[in-house]
Amino acid sequence: MLRYTIHRLLMMIPTLLGVAILVFVLLRLMPGDIVELRFLAEGGRVSPEALAVERIRLGLDKPMWRQFFDWITGIFVGDFGISMWTGRPVISEIGSRLQLSMQVAIMATLLAITISIPLGTIAALYKNTWIDHVIRVFAIAGLAVPSFWLGMLIILGLLLGFGWIPPLTFKPIYEDPWYNLSQLIWPAIAVGYRYSAVATRMTRSTLLEVMQEDYIRTARAKGVFERLVVARHAMRNALLPVVTVVGLEFAFLIGGLVVTEQVFNLNGIGKLFVETVSRADYTMVQALVMLVATFFIVVNFVVDLLYAALDPRIRYR
Amino acid sequence: MTAVTHSPQITYKVPKRRHPIMQFMVTQPTGTAGLIFICILFIAGFLADFVAPYDPLSPDYGAMLEAPSWQHWMGTDAFGRDVFSRIIYGARTALAVGFLSSAIGSGIGAVIGVVSAYFGGRIDMVIQRFMDILLSFPIIVLALSVVAVLGKFPVGGLDLNLIIAIAIPMIPKVARVVRSSALAIRELPYIDAARAAGYGHRRIIFRHITPNVVAPFLIMFTAFIAQAILLEASLSFLGLGVTEPTAAWGLMLSGTSQEFYSQAPWMIIFPGVAISLAVFAFNLFGDSLRDYLDPRFKV
Amino acid sequence: MRASTVLSSIGATALAFAGLSSAADAQQPKRGGVLKFAVSAEPPNYDCHANTSFAFIHPVRPHYNTLLKFDEPNYPKIKGDLAQSWQQSKDGLSITFKLKPNIKFHDGTALTSADVKASYDRIINPPKGVVSIRKAAYDDIASIETPDAQTVVFKLKAPNASMITNFASPWDCIYSAAKLKQDPNFPQKNIMGTGPFKFVEHAAGSHWVGERFADYFEKDRPYLDGYRAIFITNTAARVNALQAGEVLSEFRGHSPSDREKLKSALGDKIVVHEMPWLCSLVVTFNTEKKPFDDARVRRALSLAIDRWQGAAALSKIALVRDVGGVLRPGYELAASQADLLKFPGFGKDITAARAEARKLLDQAGVKGLKFKFLNRNIPMPYTPVGVFLIDQWRQIGVQVEHDQPETRAYQTSLLNGNFEVGLDFNCDHVDDPNLQLLKYISAKKSTINYGRYNDDKLDDLYEKQTRELDPKKRYALLREFEQHALTQAYTIPTVWWHRIIVNWKQIQGWHMSPSHYLNQDLQDVWLAQ
Repeated sequence: MLRYTIHRLLMMIPTLLGVAILVFVLLRLMPGDIVELRFLAEGGRVSPEALAVERIRLGLDKPMWRQFFDWITGIFVGDFGISMWTGRPVISEIGSRLQLSMQVAIMATLLAITISIPLGTIAALYKNTWIDHVIRVFAIAGLAVPSFWLGMLIILGLLLGFGWIPPLTFKPIYEDPWYNLSQLIWPAIAVGYRYSAVATRMTRSTLLEVMQEDYIRTARAKGVFERLVVARHAMRNALLPVVTVVGLEFAFLIGGLVVTEQVFNLNGIGKLFVETVSRADYTMVQALVMLVATFFIVVNFVVDLLYAALDPRIRYR
Repeated sequence: MTAVTHSPQITYKVPKRRHPIMQFMVTQPTGTAGLIFICILFIAGFLADFVAPYDPLSPDYGAMLEAPSWQHWMGTDAFGRDVFSRIIYGARTALAVGFLSSAIGSGIGAVIGVVSAYFGGRIDMVIQRFMDILLSFPIIVLALSVVAVLGKFPVGGLDLNLIIAIAIPMIPKVARVVRSSALAIRELPYIDAARAAGYGHRRIIFRHITPNVVAPFLIMFTAFIAQAILLEASLSFLGLGVTEPTAAWGLMLSGTSQEFYSQAPWMIIFPGVAISLAVFAFNLFGDSLRDYLDPRFKV
Repeated sequence: MRASTVLSSIGATALAFAGLSSAADAQQPKRGGVLKFAVSAEPPNYDCHANTSFAFIHPVRPHYNTLLKFDEPNYPKIKGDLAQSWQQSKDGLSITFKLKPNIKFHDGTALTSADVKASYDRIINPPKGVVSIRKAAYDDIASIETPDAQTVVFKLKAPNASMITNFASPWDCIYSAAKLKQDPNFPQKNIMGTGPFKFVEHAAGSHWVGERFADYFEKDRPYLDGYRAIFITNTAARVNALQAGEVLSEFRGHSPSDREKLKSALGDKIVVHEMPWLCSLVVTFNTEKKPFDDARVRRALSLAIDRWQGAAALSKIALVRDVGGVLRPGYELAASQADLLKFPGFGKDITAARAEARKLLDQAGVKGLKFKFLNRNIPMPYTPVGVFLIDQWRQIGVQVEHDQPETRAYQTSLLNGNFEVGLDFNCDHVDDPNLQLLKYISAKKSTINYGRYNDDKLDDLYEKQTRELDPKKRYALLREFEQHALTQAYTIPTVWWHRIIVNWKQIQGWHMSPSHYLNQDLQDVWLAQ
């Protein structure tokens, strides 16, 4: 087990490095740079010399490998650089926004779990009855509806129905819980619907698979009360894939917030992503991509460990 | 001596051999519903020129932002263009983008998955690392970068680079699934027998392994068409996908619609419904296909 | 909409304006309250001299003062902001400013002529590492002298008809000389000015807060206790916020349909201000690409555009409305309607114009013209105008493909000449031919000429009008410039923007101007109850 863990840990390093190189190169392949954008986008009349001065200040004149090297070594000492657009440290730019996005993601996850496990279980138990079909339709609809469209509909409904819109600025939940929840519950629903759909389907299908297993049949044959069978034997084994899916989808959620935050005007990292990419703010985009990628890779790692701990065959692959 | 009695006639009722498609339609009603809707989309796409009442591209400044009426079943947008016609032409864009991206993404992914599984060892490890890198990249950034780096490359009204941008995130996912299917088969004894008999790599891959991964591949292919349609909608919403004045559902949700949607809600309701129904249909069909092809559920 | 209606409605608006402002001033300003308004974008840093966007002006301007500013209800009249009075010498070679007494910075130190000199030195000769965007406007300044603490004298190399208006630029914030000496880049990350509001907080991506400066040099001002600028990038969210009363205004401008929506939702709770905007959309031809090096082709494409009908139709869905030439219709030095109608592309008979366009294309030997039209991917007003222009060109048999990449790619293509025909904008904070015409003169003289052409006649006329102090003669020179520019058609104006501001009724003391960069110091604004 230890060998497996170390092996997986070591595998993370080339992956992370690969992501770093990829994002670095991709950004610099895109035409145009931040200096032109900042000064010329609103019709400013700046001389090319002034633009060159600014480029030097941002370190854009150094050769590529040097820029990459500076960036990577910076990370090891905890210096993630400063935003090329605002000049403020990357950490402070991300920090304030991360809290908001994390909260929406967690709320969406909680919503998903509370809905999907009961629904998925019921659908599996009453397979092929009308209940099952209704739940399956509900779940597939969740996969089909674009989350940002759902967000638009929610806002439209609130505005036309109640003449009310969610609050515009963010207050942390410990400062003003009612205000905070009244702002964030809506995007959580918009994003959480899809999330619940995925988890419901997963719960249903793994439960079905597990219920076919021999030991379940044996328990049934023994005459153990059906519900008990499900609750004690099936669930325990079905839970693992469900937890896996929830964990992995959480990482994708962060990416999914990108469009939804636009619609709700939330100051989160999704909106930050779009803004920084369109501004060619290299340092910020690099930091954000590494953040999300690291998160995803770590979640994967934890999930792999869990599987290996429970299923010894995997360790010897 | 007893009389020789004839043994009673045992007649077997041989189940009628149905055509696979008929079989599918009978056992999977929801999947069939999905398939029917997909066919409707195809018809709309191919026959758009005949079915759509108005030209989706020409502005009519006299009829801007009109509510649904007998002349305009789904109302008009900010330029006076008929929303219903744009939805019909949008089906064409959606199907084209969906199929092409899914074909390219799933195709490449499948090849990578099979190769990776078959050769194993170091090749497998390297390929897997590349797949991991792609997987951990946020989809939007990947798509954004591809579109920005490659610029626009329109071929017959469609932007090839958008299709590539949507296809790329699919590759690692398909590769992963196909690889695990192929791995399962690789362990089977008859593959070893084939190697022992001296069959070359290519023959083994094509004739033995590939047919067995077709089922999961097909399922992913249909699922990814759905995902491609959704991704195109998101990218167009962010301004990175199809551009004006092309009729595309995702595009109809962004831009001027964002300005006007609380006055003219039909501008966003219909395209959103179209996207949802299309994705819904493909998912239903894909699910049913999986149920149909997976022997365990034939119980 | 007929041009006469346009002009008379401008006149009517101006009159109604005068009426409105006097009615509003008749009410007694009340103290107190915090003004909440929306801004659709966020400033990247805090240095006035290095910024170009309204996203900077709206939250930051109230923290600073400039030497002069525009007299709000009486645009384009100028009055003193920090300056008590000013005098231009007869030969036009020196301008003397006398400063108001008792001006304090937010940190308590007093403002003197040294601070004015230090700030303008920074603008005119930025030290290493400092970017000064508007440096070129002050090329004619030879030196700055400060004979005493309350007097600043600017000496010019040659007389310049627009120099005085330069000092009313909202971008020329006066910084503290002491702080600049310590660190020339101090203003990039710090706000310390003399303005009516002190800086309190900037929550990145969210909002900006300013509060009343008790020691402001204008007695009794400001009326407000403070203000809160909320950054809302999504248009629908912004309009919804305004409708719900979460913000009381947005100072850039709304589209006509937003105005209608807000009017029908809020009725008499709001006040609508409208005025022609100091912004135009221009079509630029890349003269380095065939066949756009041929003036006949360019002029033909200009003739094909039905500007009058188009502006009328577009005004319903986009924030454009007026037809004008190189200068804003309504400005005294802009072409009168009679003069405008004479220019190629501005006539009312579109059939004749299009026939001539086809003839010109034939003469130039161009058949079946096809090209890509580079446009920004911003819905308002770029997309509608782009769609409109493409449709117009279709009428003379030209096939155009609409290319709308995201801003950065658009910018790069424009800068590097990777385009055939592009749509660009020409905005300024003041009706000054010296600024507005920079779009049309030679590439060797102007950094914003993306058409990559040189034309000595245009440069010559431009130079002449800069030095011409008599308005009648200047008008004639400008018409000559316009005739030549529109005949050569390197860069052609299409439609001018129309500014629509919707404020909740409570906002008083705010006055409309043709530029969204002006009148945003919030000094005289107060909230009625």
